[in-house]
Amino acid sequence: MASTVECDIVSAEREIFKGQVEMLIATGILGDLGITPGHTPLLTELRPGPIRLVIEGGEEEVFYVSGGFLEVQPNQIKILADTALRADDMNEAAAEEARRQAEKALENQSGEFDYSRAATQLAEAAAQLRTLQAVRKKLGK
Amino acid sequence: MAGAKEIRTQISSIKSTQKITSAMEMVAASKMRKAQERMETSRPYAERIRKVVGHIANANAEYEHSFMVEREVRRVGFIIVSTDRGLCGGLNINLFKKTVESMKKWRDQGVGIDLCLIGSKAVSFFRSMGAENAVAALTHIGDSPNIADLIGGVKVMLDSYEEGRIDRLFVVNNAFVNTMTQRPEVQQLLPLVPDDDESLKRPWDYLYEPDAKELLDGLLVRYVESQVFQAVVENNACEQAARMVAMKSATDNAGNLIDDLQLVYNKARQAAITQELSEIVSGAAAV
Repeated sequence: MASTVECDIVSAEREIFKGQVEMLIATGILGDLGITPGHTPLLTELRPGPIRLVIEGGEEEVFYVSGGFLEVQPNQIKILADTALRADDMNEAAAEEARRQAEKALENQSGEFDYSRAATQLAEAAAQLRTLQAVRKKLGK
Repeated sequence: MAGAKEIRTQISSIKSTQKITSAMEMVAASKMRKAQERMETSRPYAERIRKVVGHIANANAEYEHSFMVEREVRRVGFIIVSTDRGLCGGLNINLFKKTVESMKKWRDQGVGIDLCLIGSKAVSFFRSMGAENAVAALTHIGDSPNIADLIGGVKVMLDSYEEGRIDRLFVVNNAFVNTMTQRPEVQQLLPLVPDDDESLKRPWDYLYEPDAKELLDGLLVRYVESQVFQAVVENNACEQAARMVAMKSATDNAGNLIDDLQLVYNKARQAAITQELSEIVSGAAAV
């Protein structure tokens, strides 16, 4: 069996990543998934969260997606993301600020408060922070 | 010098037309660049989702979504993407020719046709053709289309597919090959077209998370929307490119016309001068 699998990440705006990977770790709707070459066909929705790739040669790369779909075939993986970012492009301070704001909005709910929107915002901000932590761990290693 | 004066006014009117066409050429050129960028940014997504859906169509799914079932064809739907404005050469006409051709094939088999028209040119063309059943029309989408603008028209077609009023759905648009070439294309959206990858020609199925129905409902609707959106964006890039080329040749033609007329004008003026001189000379001789 091949030790790498072709991986493709696209968002609605552009192509984010294309190449051979040894493993992919994504946040599926039912929990985290680790995909290695030769995985059985799988189709799942993605939650906002980090996508970690172990690229051929052992190097790691981290992306952030705000949701989308993941398709796995034994010899290829495709991610159709709603929006995707290279984690290096992300700003930790901005994410932290967004999380604080969303939490604050959830605390003092007024009459015409859009609960579901705030909850989504909070989930996205938290997911971005998780992505950044994954990046930090990678760099600290 | 009556002749010469007429020619002069003709020249100046052609000159002002030339100014307009060359301005339109430049506007189209700059719009084309933006439209091309838009087309290229959304293209990878549209291509990949088509690939994924091609895989899904090959799977022996536990849950048969209505979009995956091949039915006996009694009525087909076309989503026709055209431009809102003219002056873009043969772009729309080529597209309509191709559409009418493929519609005729279906009609010869006794199949009815429903149309969803995008762009005012398609609306006016198929209205003048009469007879066709246009169930939805979208016009004035503008240069930077939004998926939200298209959802209404697409939903009409998807609903009538789900309710069994149409058994096949196509999208017709111009594909952008390069600035000089645009190719009209008819693409089948529904039922899903299986990818012809050999490794998929065996019984298999996905693991679905959370469950097949929920997942496929979301993914397949998004697939159709992204394909129609891509068709609109691509057609827009084609429109600008075709207009740029058409306006460039119009400007060149106007230049040629002006050169020719200038020659005729010079000749007429010279003839008038010669005639006047010979009149003076012969008048003087008579005295």
